Amino acid sequence: MAELSKQAGKAEAAGQREPILQVRNLVKHFPLTQGLLLKKQVGAVKAVDGISFDLYQGETLGIVGESGCGKSTVAKLLMTLETATSGEVLYKGQDITKLSGRALKAVRRNIQMVFQDPYTSLNPRMTVGDIIGEPFEIHPEVAPKGDRRKRVQELLDVVGLNPEYVNRYPHQFSGGQRQRIGIARGLALNPEIIICDEPVSALDVSVQAQVINLMERLQDEFNLSYVFIAHDLSIVRHISDRVGVMYLGKMAEIGTDAEIYEHPTHPYTQALLSAVPVPDPEAREGRERIILTGDVPSPANPPSGCRFRTRCWKAEDKCAEEVPLLAVPTLYQGKDTPAAHASACHFAEEKPSVVSAA
Amino acid sequence: MTTTEKTEGAAGSAPQDAKKSAPLLDVRDLHVEFKTRDGVAKAVNGVSYSVDAGETLAVLGESGSGKSVTAQAIMGILDSPPGRVAGGEILFHGQDILKLPESERRKLRGPKMAMIFQDALSALNPVFSVGNQLGEMFRVHQGMSKKDAKAKAIELMDRVRIPAAKQRVNDYPHQFSGGMRQRIMIAMAMALEPDLIIADEPTTALDVTVQAQVMDLLAELQREYNMGLILITHDLGVVADVADKIAVMYAGRIVETAPVHELYKRPAHPYTRGLLDSIPRLDHKGQELYAIKGLPPNLLRIPTGCAFNPRCPKAQDVCRADIPALLPVTEQDGTELDGRGSACHFWKETIHG
Amino acid sequence: MTELTESAQGPDAATAPTAAANNTAEPAPARITQWGEIRHRYMANKLAVVGLVLVGLLFIVAAAAPLIATHDPYAQNLGNTLADPSGEHWFGTDALGRDQFSRIIYGSRIAVIVGLASIFLACLIGCILGALSGYFGKAVDSVIMRIADIFFAFPLLIGAIVIILVMGRGVLPVIVSLAVFSWATVARLLRSSILSVREMDYVTAAKALGASTTRIITRHIMPNSIAAVMSYVSFSVGTAVVAEASLSFLGIGVSPEVPEWGNMISSAKDFLGVKDFLWVYPSSAIVLTVLGFVFVGDGLRDALDPKLR
Repeated sequence: MAELSKQAGKAEAAGQREPILQVRNLVKHFPLTQGLLLKKQVGAVKAVDGISFDLYQGETLGIVGESGCGKSTVAKLLMTLETATSGEVLYKGQDITKLSGRALKAVRRNIQMVFQDPYTSLNPRMTVGDIIGEPFEIHPEVAPKGDRRKRVQELLDVVGLNPEYVNRYPHQFSGGQRQRIGIARGLALNPEIIICDEPVSALDVSVQAQVINLMERLQDEFNLSYVFIAHDLSIVRHISDRVGVMYLGKMAEIGTDAEIYEHPTHPYTQALLSAVPVPDPEAREGRERIILTGDVPSPANPPSGCRFRTRCWKAEDKCAEEVPLLAVPTLYQGKDTPAAHASACHFAEEKPSVVSAA
Repeated sequence: MTTTEKTEGAAGSAPQDAKKSAPLLDVRDLHVEFKTRDGVAKAVNGVSYSVDAGETLAVLGESGSGKSVTAQAIMGILDSPPGRVAGGEILFHGQDILKLPESERRKLRGPKMAMIFQDALSALNPVFSVGNQLGEMFRVHQGMSKKDAKAKAIELMDRVRIPAAKQRVNDYPHQFSGGMRQRIMIAMAMALEPDLIIADEPTTALDVTVQAQVMDLLAELQREYNMGLILITHDLGVVADVADKIAVMYAGRIVETAPVHELYKRPAHPYTRGLLDSIPRLDHKGQELYAIKGLPPNLLRIPTGCAFNPRCPKAQDVCRADIPALLPVTEQDGTELDGRGSACHFWKETIHG
Repeated sequence: MTELTESAQGPDAATAPTAAANNTAEPAPARITQWGEIRHRYMANKLAVVGLVLVGLLFIVAAAAPLIATHDPYAQNLGNTLADPSGEHWFGTDALGRDQFSRIIYGSRIAVIVGLASIFLACLIGCILGALSGYFGKAVDSVIMRIADIFFAFPLLIGAIVIILVMGRGVLPVIVSLAVFSWATVARLLRSSILSVREMDYVTAAKALGASTTRIITRHIMPNSIAAVMSYVSFSVGTAVVAEASLSFLGIGVSPEVPEWGNMISSAKDFLGVKDFLWVYPSSAIVLTVLGFVFVGDGLRDALDPKLR
């Protein structure tokens, strides 16, 4: 913590605009096998199929998408908890997908994770002190032995829990408190990046806001970079500087929060935003709702060309033949408009009536 | 005891209802308790609400607010023991169904009232085909033949717009996607055209784009059959889209009732206001979100007075001492607001202040 | 070095808490230790307490056998054979005039030693192989589980006869044969428990922190999977006692002169219907012992079940 807060504040870091994490053509295919002893590969679930993005120091990149779009697999790949089929994850220029052993352990100090389910993410047979102190036992160089208890109590204090709770067990806490414990564990090693996989979706509405506020405060305090994965569009918008929309293992559209939420050009983003239930009956009356037909196709057998074409109202022959690239649409190239951001659609165009209040 | 019951009953069913004939469902001062190892958990503490045919009541609350337990008590599917209805009445078509023997209540479930659950995968039996399970409703309750029941099942699947219903009628639940399974659940609930449907978080497990499809289907069927619908949810967004009126629950009580537009425009209870304020909004970007402080109460130790008082920004001594009754909410000049009620000592300050 | 880091921490440690202080004040959960809670739940179960008393008695009797026994269990008195229970011989005497009560008391020692040692051995083998199988999966899992299947399917008695033929009669061969044919169940139980625990997010979290495989197994997976094994262990000590008595009854266990419950029942079979006290007392000892361990096993299973928490 000490080292980090000595570093420059968020503003300065943002000024440099240096990516701390660069993801290039990341692919993860889970093989589908058949047979008992001699396992034969009969296909693959294309969970993540060529994703690229940058994460800058001190910023929050939100990743949204529906279940099965591969967003959780992206989290595991960034954490090197899964081995990438191909592609690179460059942390300060070093490809971490190829690392192992000591070098990987060193990188893990800097990239940590907050999990979705506060009930399964804490070991029920360890005390809170042991859970938050475990990072120091794994990386003894971070805190000398005599210091650890004090550090654990500091961390509890930082996440807004009473430092006297060190000897308690997870089941004595509520969901929101448990999520704070999970966050404290993630912070213990002074990481630079925290991958948050649906960190508040298991919490009650009134507690969600507390945890979001905590995460924002910690980001300012320790100059953290977040990859914030969630399906709740309004929370992602609140916390994110930039947002990427995923569909069936691919990035459909990526841009700043205003570009994505106010000027979406990809039909899927437009449909997604229009479908969000708005907690304001009056705001909803003026807007057009696009109700998609059908379900998300199986990632084991995705459609050819553009993956969204089977549910898209704009689909033409070209969409079945050519995979659209994630780039600024030709329509908006060189123009100074918020619609000029990367979108993977052959017919990317703004659709003013769906602008969301989310 | 009698006095509180009167006030609560009057406020729970909107004033306009009094003039009409008896509502389809009228829950009065319902109490439900659960025995646990650490004592008695008071899950529902005097809930009163009513639903008319063709009307949608949304019951909004967080986990532990008692919203699902109330529904289970209405359906008669409460786990008892440990749960038990400790008091109150549930009038269905004017008859107190709590007084009926179990065999009579079982006959209500299906033909008269039905429930849709959050998790369709665990609510459907994995070892029977969906056609079989849908057909069972007709075989058991209407004594239809196997063949007729299957034809009915296909018709129902068409009705909830499951593509290729004829080919899929013999498929098993796990062969359907989440959205499709929820449609099957809806089809099952609709099968015998009940008067009342209770949907407990029907779209929470679904993706946003599928959520919209399912909610639309539910609303459409409800209109068509003129059913009463109780929609139980924690999602303020879903509520806004389909409900006619809302009851907000906290710690086993209704803290506010209002027509849907009114609630969002002018909440009359600090808890409702807190919930609405904690939703991220465009103009609050970059600022701290409003957060209701503290945690939802432990049902074994509900705070004295107003259960919300430890978390409430407006709490005074009176809130720690007296339980506020659910009273009608009026305009500043005293004109009554139709269907509005608030269980807060300071509702005037909350709505007008 | 230590001094440097500490001084660097000073200002930082001061700023962090103030920021947190404005945050939510959350009510303190009641302070209960985990073991305290498990004990509380165990003690609330009456049968489990009965089991604990029975097992406790068994251990006390086994440890203090020389103090409790009224006679030398080996001493024959051919002048007083098959005597009915009396003030002198509480449980009567057998065909060789040995005091039945003292032989039952000493018999508890064999029961305890064989029961505990065989299950300890079975657990050792079962836990190691089950853990390897569950954690590594794939080929390791297939190989270990097929071996376990063989031992699982092999009849205990035939296997025990083979082992005893090779090793000779005595306590050790009995222990070995019981262990060899019961580790497979332990391995299977532990493996399936590990398979479910392995998917928990806290295991993923430990991996994400860079924890070693040993650490993940010992700190996270084992403590959470062992509960399933623990209740089985208590249960199977009871079955081991029965199996050991059966082997002795069939004449392939410990030598016939040793005071042992199976031996006693075996020698009583010639006087069935005539001198029933000869088999009733040792059988009761076996039944009470087995019940004790079964009750303890059930109690442990309920007390350790994290779902009840």
